[in-house]
Amino acid sequence: MDLDTSSEISRPPSTFQRVSDRGFRILSLGFAWLTILVVLYIIWEIGSKSTPAMKTYGAGFLTGTTWDPNTGEFGILPEIWGTLYSSILALTIGTVFGVAVAIFLTEGYLGTVVYNTLRLCHLQQHRLFSKAPTACETLLKNLVELLAAIPSVVYGLWGIFVVIPMIRPTCNWLHESFSWIPFLGTPLSGPGMLPAALVLAVMILPTIAAISRDALVSVPPKLREASYGLGATRWETLLAVILPTAAGGIFGAVVLAFGRALGETMALAMLVGNANRISVSLFAPGNTLASLLANNFAEAGGDENKVAVLMFAGLVLMAITLVVNMIGALILQRATRGLKGLN
Amino acid sequence: MINVQPNLAMDNGPNNPKDSETVIQCDLKELHYGAFKAVRDTRIPIRKGEVTAFIGPSGCGKSTVLRCLNRMNDLIRGFRFDGNVHFRGRDIYHPGVDPVAVRRYIGMVFQQPNPFAMSIYKNITYGLRINGYRGDYDEIVEKALRGAALWDEVKDKLRQSGLSLSGGQQQRLCIARAIAVEPEVLLMDEPCSALDPIATRKVEDLMSELKEKYTIAIVTHNMQQAQRVADRTAFMYVDTTQGGRTGYLVEMGETGQIFEDPTEQHTRDYISGQFS
Ligand SMILES: Nc1ncnc2c1ncn2[C@@H]1O[C@H](COP(=O)(O)OP(=O)(O)OP(=O)(O)O)[C@@H](O)[C@H]1O
Ligand SMILES: [Mg+2]
Repeated sequence: MDLDTSSEISRPPSTFQRVSDRGFRILSLGFAWLTILVVLYIIWEIGSKSTPAMKTYGAGFLTGTTWDPNTGEFGILPEIWGTLYSSILALTIGTVFGVAVAIFLTEGYLGTVVYNTLRLCHLQQHRLFSKAPTACETLLKNLVELLAAIPSVVYGLWGIFVVIPMIRPTCNWLHESFSWIPFLGTPLSGPGMLPAALVLAVMILPTIAAISRDALVSVPPKLREASYGLGATRWETLLAVILPTAAGGIFGAVVLAFGRALGETMALAMLVGNANRISVSLFAPGNTLASLLANNFAEAGGDENKVAVLMFAGLVLMAITLVVNMIGALILQRATRGLKGLN
Repeated sequence: MINVQPNLAMDNGPNNPKDSETVIQCDLKELHYGAFKAVRDTRIPIRKGEVTAFIGPSGCGKSTVLRCLNRMNDLIRGFRFDGNVHFRGRDIYHPGVDPVAVRRYIGMVFQQPNPFAMSIYKNITYGLRINGYRGDYDEIVEKALRGAALWDEVKDKLRQSGLSLSGGQQQRLCIARAIAVEPEVLLMDEPCSALDPIATRKVEDLMSELKEKYTIAIVTHNMQQAQRVADRTAFMYVDTTQGGRTGYLVEMGETGQIFEDPTEQHTRDYISGQFS
């Protein structure tokens, strides 16, 4: 196609531009497909490697409660339970704190405090300090996001040597005083569900806080004004207008964090106690699928059967994560659609 | 009146003649956003049962002054107000007055329609709920929607999202939401700027009806609109002589007088569309 209208400045794209444009498009398409293929390949490999175990143990693998390599008896119900229990606990704690942090960051509480402090000293318009309220908010936001940069194993160390000794007296006192409550049914002798969930909560906090913050920030300011204009207090505005409007995004944050909590390995392997049991007690040791895999892959060595068993457990973990993410995405979609007024 | 708060519910002051009673007396000396002086020397009385219009070039502080009247500007960090605003004889900038209480008496309709992401019904009952009002919501919803000339269009879909309405309907929903709590004064900041001529006309007719019950202050860029709806008009202008861009009140008077026989040269130039 030649338009033949070349002037001094306007002219059709050169051959080089056209080729590089095309090349770039093909390249990015290729990489996109590559990602999908890698995922499919991993699933296929794990699936095929675990087929022997599926044939041998079948559904009993999911409902069995013993894991004994010596007798060849394998069941991962305690691990499934532990994975879900620790994740849900962590999610509950992490959501409360994460959303609170997000609210604190977006609703100007921190900035107002800083501003009022400055005003007491008549410094609020000083060249050096006038940006302080915003700067403090940015600083806190970055600090929270920095939590995500701490390596998992460091969290594990912190959990073992700081968190457990710190909460142990309280936990044991709770157990002694209220041992009739199932959640407090056992003493905390060291690693256990609660310390694991607490550390996990801190680990997923940045995910929840950052994404919830984005959701809250994107609530149109005009909605706040509308609410304040009707004589609502900050609190009423937050509860009745801002949080419901941002609910879709906050829920997305929670689902993503859940996905991360389910798969988290190192810190949990160090903190959860690696005990093959099912207990609702917060202080009892337990195990998760991820930490089961981390603790057993070394011994599996060349033993086909053991590898197959581990692959099977990995497949189950993957399936749980996938289902959780899909349910989350579905609910999220509903929520956003409701927001747009299409429902 | 719902949930009368004792600190604001005051009887008419002693020096208020019956027929031109001043509901809001705004005496603004200086107003700052941070280090920026936005408005100075603006005295505007707003009389009961009248529509008061604010006109003037963009950036002269019309919205700012309007938002002072129900302390909406308090939400802006760095905002500083020097002066006072008397609502029924009470200074609403007195330290003992809660801005939230002020806004329950002096409602606001904004330039952009801003319904909440909830049903039409809930949008209207929102103000009632935060006021802790217990009573027949259905009746109030119908009354407010009729008052905002929206009832016939939405009566069959009250449970649908307020966001599903057209822009003009949304704006009338916002008006309905504002009048549902029966405020004393209704502040409207360019309420028709996002509307087509027909919807604009509806809102204007509405204002003429509403002023029987409510006192209205409106910001508008539309001269014809000011002439059609306003009893009194305030003209504001920007003063650039002192190195800033500070808005101030040039003059205020009966709408007819402002448009036909203004006292000030600035007003005359602005109204006839001549700018230096
Ligand atoms: N939140 C704010 N922070 C800082 N400055 C502001 C803020 N809001 C308004 N201003 C400034 O105050 C001045 C008056 O603004 P205002 O919005 O009151 O003008 P206006 O007369 O309503 O203009 P328009 O007709 O365009 O709506 C402008 O110079 C504006 O930049
Ligand atoms: Mg304005």
